[in-house]
Amino acid sequence: MSTALSFDGVSVNYGGRAALSGVTAKFAPGTVTGIVGPNGAGKTTLLRAALHLLPLSSGKVLVEGRALDDWSREALARTIAYLPQGGEAHWPLQARDLVMLGRLPHRGQFAAPAGADRHAVRDAMARADVVAFADRRVDELSAGERARVLFARALATGAKILLADEPAAYLDPAHQLRLMGLLREEAARGTAVGVTLHDLALASRHCDEVLVLHEGRVAASGPPDLAFSDAALASVFGIAAQRTADPAGGRAALTAWNLI
Amino acid sequence: MDEAIAIVRTNESSGAGALLVLALLTLAFAALSFFLGPANISASALWHGLVSGDGLAGVIAREIRLPRTGLALVVGAALGASGAALQGLFRNPLASPDVTGVTSCAGLGAVVALYFGFAAATPALLPAFAILGALASAALLYALSRAGAGVMALVLAGVAISSLAVALTALALSFASNPYAMSEMVLWMMGSLKDHTLSDLTFAAPLVLIGIVLLMTASRGLDALTLGEEAARSLGIDVASVRGRVVIGVALATGAATAAAGAVSFVGLVVPHLLRPFFGFNPSRLILPSALGGALLVTASDVLVRSIDSGEQLRLGVVTALLGAPFFFWLILKLRREA
Repeated sequence: MSTALSFDGVSVNYGGRAALSGVTAKFAPGTVTGIVGPNGAGKTTLLRAALHLLPLSSGKVLVEGRALDDWSREALARTIAYLPQGGEAHWPLQARDLVMLGRLPHRGQFAAPAGADRHAVRDAMARADVVAFADRRVDELSAGERARVLFARALATGAKILLADEPAAYLDPAHQLRLMGLLREEAARGTAVGVTLHDLALASRHCDEVLVLHEGRVAASGPPDLAFSDAALASVFGIAAQRTADPAGGRAALTAWNLI
Repeated sequence: MDEAIAIVRTNESSGAGALLVLALLTLAFAALSFFLGPANISASALWHGLVSGDGLAGVIAREIRLPRTGLALVVGAALGASGAALQGLFRNPLASPDVTGVTSCAGLGAVVALYFGFAAATPALLPAFAILGALASAALLYALSRAGAGVMALVLAGVAISSLAVALTALALSFASNPYAMSEMVLWMMGSLKDHTLSDLTFAAPLVLIGIVLLMTASRGLDALTLGEEAARSLGIDVASVRGRVVIGVALATGAATAAAGAVSFVGLVVPHLLRPFFGFNPSRLILPSALGGALLVTASDVLVRSIDSGEQLRLGVVTALLGAPFFFWLILKLRREA
């Protein structure tokens, strides 16, 4: 299995505290990898480390086999698309203008959008199913619609790696499932997808691999049915979970059941 | 598919027509400003005087009318572009050089340079001091916003910075024991385009131009900041550099404009807001139009000042404040309702 993004013994200190300690992990093309863990486990820090947004105190991050320091800012931005938590849009742009921001790493200082940029925007909007809102201002959209427009913005970059931080938070169940479906579609196109999730049911049913973080360390990793062992759930989250088999043959869903 | 691409395209080109209209209007008011004045000289004689520099018409055209019209354009462009860039940086429509106190600090710098003899010794120190004043306040505000201050805190900090700058300006003027201190103070606090020379224009124009170009180089980054700082950085934007360019660009443009014409308020606040319906909300699409719109507003306000009060006791800044302050209130109410 080739690797799009890998962490090799990565440690990050943040405000005098070890936010990540010796994390080793791989994100493969065509795979949705869920990053799971309690609050403060280091999930967002892991994504920020991959984006070169903060310095590593030890270890290395390889993007397509090359260390972060060997990447120019623009080239890295074209290779990894990032959807931050809580999706902000500080100005009420029209949806298509917002999606066009995803093309910034492909455009020069004063270059107007080229044909390739428009095609990428149109394509990303079609994939995220937001073409109908192209003319609407993002402040007029519902939270779920806005989340999909922001998702289209990340897709428009055309990056081989897509990292999303809690994209399912604050969405209703239908929008959550729809978003996970979009992530799966991206993986099916060969993108390496990394997504932080709080919802164990989403992580267990929609991810190919999960990375369970606990206090900055990898507590478990692998396919969800293996990584989410009873022992791991107990030691990391302090819970017992209920598993619901999928009669259609898909993955079993995990539901947080009891505190232990 | 092609239809949808066409939709994407039409919106981008719509700005060009509006920009042309804005440019033509600015040109029209610049012409009005140039040909309007107490001296009874025909337009053709003035134009001839401007080109040749000969005779009375030449003196009036080159020494009186040109500096006034030119400064109106330059000052307006500086304030409009600064307002648009600051709003983009702070991601808030309430930011502008005057509300944030940048203008009054530039005024303070100019007054210190003028009344303590620095500018007499080296004329270049006048804009230099004004730019330093502007830079100090812009940097201070930015530090506050980096420390997590909200918009209301920033506006309040701007009020405090402004009051302090105005008080220090008054203090400086009284220590300077200038017999005209009071009237000079009004000039610096209210702004005026009256009685300026060609040299005022020739020092201000290049500095303002450099400032605006610097702001335009930051425009891509300002667009990306719409998505928040983390997302902007993930799009390959060097956010620290964008911030630095906006702070320095605003300081250069607003500092030079204020050194030339005093503190003209509310232009930077009002103009970007008026233009958003025509150019959209992308900060990058507003900087150049706001420069033009600011030039138009200041030129038109100056024409208005001169036509309602030929004695010219009425200051330009009074007119822009009379128009701008109620607008500011309205904007605050509107933002409250939307929140």
